[in-house]
Parts: sequence; C-alpha cells; structure tokens
Amino acid sequence: MWWYIGRRVLQMVPVILGATLLIYGMVFLQPGDPVRALFGDKPVSPSVVEQIRADYNLDKPFIVQWLLFLKGALTLDFGVNFSQEQISQVITDAMPVTFRLALMAFAFEAVLGIIFGTISGLRKGKFFDSAMLVVSLLLIAVPIFVLGFVAQFVFGIKLGWVPPTVGGDVSFQRLLLPAMVLGSVSFAYVLRLTRTSVAENLSADHVRTATAKGLKRGQVVTRHVLRNSLIPVVTFLGADFGALMAGALVTEGIFNVPGIGNELYQSIRGGDGASVVAIVTFMVLVYAVASLLVDLLYAALDPRIRYDK
Amino acid sequence: MSEPLLEIVDLQVAFGPKKKPVTAVRGASLTIYPGQTVAIVGESGSGKSTTAHAVIDLLPGNGRVVGGAIRFEGRDITHVKKDEIIALRGSSIGLVPQDPLSNLNPLWKIGFQIREALVANGVASGAEAKARAAELLTEAGLPDAERRANQYPHEFSGGMRQRALIAMGLAARPKLLIADEPTSALDVTVQKQILDHLDGLTDELGVAVMLITHDLGLAAERADHLVVMYQGRVVESGPALDILQRPEHPYTQRLVSKAPSLASQRLSSERARAEVREQAVQTAGEIAAEVAQSSQELGEGRATVIEASNLTRVFALRGSVPWQSIDFKAVDDVSFSLRRGTTTAIVGESGSGKSTVARMVLGLLPPTSGTVTFDGVDVSTLKGKDLLRLRRQMQPIFQNPYGSLDPMYSIYRTIEEPLRTHKVGTSKEREAKIRDLLDKVALPSSVMRRFPNELSGGQRQRVAIARALALDPEVVICDEAVSALDVLVQAQILELLNDLQAELGLSYLFITHDLAVVRQIADDVLVMQDGKVIEQSSVSEVFDDPRESYTRKLLDAIPGGSITLGA
Repeated sequence: MWWYIGRRVLQMVPVILGATLLIYGMVFLQPGDPVRALFGDKPVSPSVVEQIRADYNLDKPFIVQWLLFLKGALTLDFGVNFSQEQISQVITDAMPVTFRLALMAFAFEAVLGIIFGTISGLRKGKFFDSAMLVVSLLLIAVPIFVLGFVAQFVFGIKLGWVPPTVGGDVSFQRLLLPAMVLGSVSFAYVLRLTRTSVAENLSADHVRTATAKGLKRGQVVTRHVLRNSLIPVVTFLGADFGALMAGALVTEGIFNVPGIGNELYQSIRGGDGASVVAIVTFMVLVYAVASLLVDLLYAALDPRIRYDK
Repeated sequence: MSEPLLEIVDLQVAFGPKKKPVTAVRGASLTIYPGQTVAIVGESGSGKSTTAHAVIDLLPGNGRVVGGAIRFEGRDITHVKKDEIIALRGSSIGLVPQDPLSNLNPLWKIGFQIREALVANGVASGAEAKARAAELLTEAGLPDAERRANQYPHEFSGGMRQRALIAMGLAARPKLLIADEPTSALDVTVQKQILDHLDGLTDELGVAVMLITHDLGLAAERADHLVVMYQGRVVESGPALDILQRPEHPYTQRLVSKAPSLASQRLSSERARAEVREQAVQTAGEIAAEVAQSSQELGEGRATVIEASNLTRVFALRGSVPWQSIDFKAVDDVSFSLRRGTTTAIVGESGSGKSTVARMVLGLLPPTSGTVTFDGVDVSTLKGKDLLRLRRQMQPIFQNPYGSLDPMYSIYRTIEEPLRTHKVGTSKEREAKIRDLLDKVALPSSVMRRFPNELSGGQRQRVAIARALALDPEVVICDEAVSALDVLVQAQILELLNDLQAELGLSYLFITHDLAVVRQIADDVLVMQDGKVIEQSSVSEVFDDPRESYTRKLLDAIPGGSITLGA
C-alpha cells in the first residue's frame, strides 16, 4: 500500500504545477490593470506605479512571475497581497473557518443523505420514497444562492431561530444554517445515489442467500445491503468534499462567513494574482488529498481492491 | 413409509400486478420424505426455481403464492407470520443457491458468512462459532479450512465458493436442503466432485434434498424420485429410472432424447455425425477449388484449412513488488490441424488455455512463439486488407449470447454490421442476405426489427450464428457456443450447427468444457490440461478408448453416464 500512496503523492506534483500555471495564465490574461485599479480615480505618479509593479514582480514576463511564485511556494512563502498582509497568514486565518463549514456541511449531507437514502431504497415506490424524490429534485433544481437567501430570510429574520449572518463568531450554532445550505445539493445527490444503490443491492443474489440463512431483516440490511451500497456513495462523498470547500464561496458571501471563499472572491475582484494563485493551489491540494483518502477508504470498504500489488 | 417432510399440493405462484397477474407456477404438487432426494427437472422458465423459492418465502419482487398449500412437517407454511418463516430458514430448510459467483457477499470473509448462519440459528456463537465454521468448511471438502475461512470470496475459485455455500446451507443441520442448480455454473469435473460430496454429506446427515436442475441425466443419477416440470406444471413424476426408460409425457420424451449427457452415450449420434461430415467435406472441397481459383480470397484452397504449430503463449503476471513479474505459460506448445469440412473440438476445464488458443487462431492475440496458418498463409504476418479478408473467412461465435450482442442494435443491424464493415452488396442485397441468413438459422424474418432483450437465450445464439455466417466464412470458431444454454436449446443449436456445416461446407473449431456435446458435433478432439495438449485423437477413440487418466476423468464426470436407457 505504501507503494501506492507514494506514487499518488508523486502524481500530485505535476497536477499542482499544471494548476498553478493555468491559474497564473488566467490571472495574467484578466483584462484591466490591477495597479491602476488600486488607486481608483485618484491621480497617481507613474514612478509610484512602476515601483508597485516592481515590488509585485508585475513588470516581469509571465513565466518568470510563475517561477518566482514557485520558488516562494517551496518555502511556504507566498509573498504579500495588495494590503501588505502575508498571504500565508491570510490562508491560515481563513482556511480553518471554511474547513469547519465544509466539514459541517459534509457531515450533514453524509449522515442524513445516507439515512434517508437507505429508507427510500428499502421502501421504493412508497410514500416516503416519493416525498424524498420531490425534496431532492427541488434541492437540485433551485440554485444555491436562491436557497441561501430564502433560508436566511425565513430562519434568520422571520423566525429568528438562528442569527442571519455569521460575522466574526464562527461557532457551531452560527455556522449551522450556512452549512445546511452549502450541503443541500450534495445531500440530494447522496440521497438519490444511496437509494438507487440500496434498491439494486436488495435484489442481489447474495442478499437472498443471507436471508435464506435465517438472518433477520435488520441484519440482512445492515450487513449485506448497506455496506455494499455505500461504495459508490463514498466515492461521491470524497470528490464532493473538495467541491464543498471551493463551493463555499457563494454561501460564505450570503452569510458573511470570513472564510477562504470570501478571500478568494475579494482577490479575484481586486486582480490580486498572487493571492488567487496561492488560494487556488491550496484548494487543488485539498482536492488531491481528499481523492487519495477516498481511494484508500475504498480499499478498506471493498476487500477486492488492494493497492499492494 | 413415515410422515412426509415436505408436501406441496397444487401450488400456484403469480407475479406482476394484482389485477393482471402472470402465473409462473400453476398447480405443482410433490412430496419429499425425510432423507429422500427428489429432483425437479425442467427448462428455464418452467417454474422449478420459483416452486423452490416459494417453500422458503424467497420469491423475488412481487411474486406470491396464490393457491395451494406447502406443508412442512404437516404444517401449512404458505400463510404463516414472517417470524415463523425466518425461524424455519436455515435451521429447518437450508438453501444452496445456483451461482457461486454472485451468492457470496464479496465484502465479508467466508468464515464470517458461515458464522452468521450459526449465530442466527442459535447453533453456536463467539469462538465456538469460529471453530465450527472451520469444521463445516472441512466437512464440505475444503482443505486448510482455518486459513480459508479468513479469506474473501474473490480469493476462492468457483468450485471452492460452491463448497462454502454448501457449508453454509448445512450449517444449522436443516432437515431439508434445497439445492438450486448447485453446479450448473461449474466445470463438469468440479460438478462431479461437488455433487458426490453433497450426496455423501446428505446421506450421512440424513438430510432430504430438493435438487433443481435442467439436466435430466444429472437428475436421474442423483435422485431417487424425479419431478418433471414444464410451463409451470408438473407433467410427470415417479422413480428416476422409470421416467428415463419409459417417459410418458411428450416433453419428457423430448428431454430424454435430447439430453447431451444421455445422447453422448448413444452410438446413433456418432453415425449421424458421420453423415454430416461426408456431406460437409464434399461441399468444402468444392469451395476449396473455388478459393484456389479466386484472387479475392485469402489462401490456396488446401485440404487443411487451419494449421497451428507449436503455439505458446506466456503472460507476465505482476509480482509482489512493482518491478517484478512472473511468467505464466497459458498455452504450452500446442499443435493441431483442422481439415476442411470437419470439426475439431478442444476440451478442457477452465484455466486449461483453450480460449487462449481460440484467440490466437483468430489473430486477436499474438502467440509468444509458434505459428497459425490459415489455408497456407501465416496469420501473424497479415496486415490491412489481407487481415480484413482473414476476418471474412474466419468468424467467431462466443459463449454468452447475452453479452455478445449489442443491446442497442436491432437484430437487423446486428447481422448487417459485418456486411456493412466489409462493404458487401447494396442495401437491397444486404436485406435479402439477412432474410436468407435468418431463414438458415430458423428464425422468422419478423425478428429483424426486434432487439436482443426481446429474444430468448437460444434465439440470441441463433442471431449470433447468423451474424457469424453473414460473410460466408470458411471457418467458424465456436468458443463455448452452447455452454450457457438449456439442454433442449443446446440440442437444437448443435443440430443447427451440424446442418449448416453439411450445407455450407464449414469447418468448426469447437471449444468446450463439456465432453458430452463433443460426440454430437466433433470429428477430432484435443484434450487440454494446464496449457498442454494431453490427448489428441478421433472422437470415437477418445470415447471408447481414452488413453489418459485425465480424459477418463472428464468422461466419468458426464452426468448420467452409467445409466442404461430403455429406448
């Protein structure tokens, strides 16, 4: 298995190199001059502009900028952003918030999605199943920012059950509603996936054999249906964790969560290339690690998959 | 006689919606006494498995008992509470299911799955259950059971898995064991071992067995009492030998005359084969003469159409560390020749390398060493146009008629595809050709617009044959072409292949694990074991005077071999 992990980690190197180059290219091609934009309508002397350009290496060719970035990144020094803050500091401040939010969303979609999906699968075609079908289709169809604003208005303002925005206090209670909004679409997918998988496994031959052994229905379902059904769900969940972190951008905006999505959004608007690349590189890393974990979990769930060969 | 253990009286089972039920079993009755073995024989769709599943309330989907009674030890169990059925399962009635590959949960260790049966039926628990599970595996004939119990199903071969399933079915010492085609997915030799073992065990434990099978020869050999089912009804039942020697119902008569395991015992099939060969060789000679003249066709029109010499194929398997590899010789120095208009059969168990030989002959897999010549031309040297010509003149038919037809293609398109690929004729001519082909394989032309899932297994195999014949090949390679089919359908397809050979002068390379069908279709036989040819001679020699002990073992494994027939 160590062979496998080593290989996968090595594979991350070209992925990250490629991703940073791609992001660099895109930021470089972004229309408008970021330094000019910094000053807005205020008049500014050309020498100051030149100075800033030189400070941020913006006067050098694009490939050189990228290589300078890589050189810094090796020592975890991502430079400073336009507000003269260390970018690494910004990331360490904002990342845990988003991580917490994504983790809560993940727990919500995984636990409830699997439970409701399993019940739906076992009662295929019955009332509960049909109700869940309607709910999940609604969640998938309604855009997340609509859902976010509606939830904020209903639960935060009208009913007052939860505070409408998060702000500086990132406690469990305050993050609860944003997390549910963030995880809602994936919850619907997990539910559908689990339902289909359970319904399919229920008619598997080995389930009939297990029943014929004299097992009670509950034992058959937990041991022989559920575990087998979870394999595709786990694959989806793993890939989704990265997407949750990146997708937090919209939710963080609505609920004013001081997370990485917010930072990224500000940096893109301000043309702050160094910050954008650093944050996205981090996201790519999270994605890569999450998918490696999924593949390892996959092997733990399914004994037919072994990576030691 | 003592009280019956199981009594099924006028059982009716239906599927589908309540308002429009589809009846699968219409009035089945049978009785099993303690310790007795009763076989239910019938083709797929005859309701034999449905009857068995009704006994332990395991009907799939919306299947339900709509009439009649099932009495187990005198008590009607068709309408009892769910709990009572669960209490019966495993402890009183055990099940050995059909397909060992799909009936074990791939995610749990074998030992765990057997322990479950022990714990659920209150036989043993904890460490005791663990020890008992190993004992059961040993009893089912698995060596090294303690280590084996710690393995997963995918580390077991098919035969080993079936032994594990037998251990599971007998774990709680039931009074009745339902064995649903317990060996039809296995090689003949493994089948014999497993059935022998099952016989011994059930005799020793005094367990009654309900054996479900489509093979009459097998049923007669293993059961005291036969029940023949046809279209949801019991058409005949009685002592096994009586039924075999004096079948009364027309369906049973057909079964008796067609079962390959029984037919292979008859010399008549060999005489019929000789007639086919005579005609085929003559037609093939005419074709060869044409080939020799033509510049379009590949080859020189030789009498020996395929010649394989010293074929060897080595596969590199991955070792325990990435840079290591282990060589595995799948085929080892195999030589044979196929004469025009005749059939050469390659017989062997799974893993003997017979399918690898077929792939090399077809030019789908390059041999590591050795050559295949098609009518004097070395197959491995062919490229481009010549390779396309070879594909026209040599066509395959594969085992699984469910997998080898594209489900999205209509039958018309399926058969037209090779013609289109090789740009044969106009669309009008192609249509005429397809009608002719369907006629040859005895399918109505109305199937053209239908799709594979609307056809039965036998019909699909006919379509596959029609497709193979579309390009007027000289050689057809049949890789287990009849192994997945029911006995009667198998007999029909073999007959069809024989007729086509006589009519079109085809040469067949016929690959099978089942010696029983060989007598009906082949002239020469190669017996393969572990990649080597161990015996090579004519059919009559192999059947009447086998030289190798392995060949004798294969012959002995044919079920029903020892039964003498009245008719």
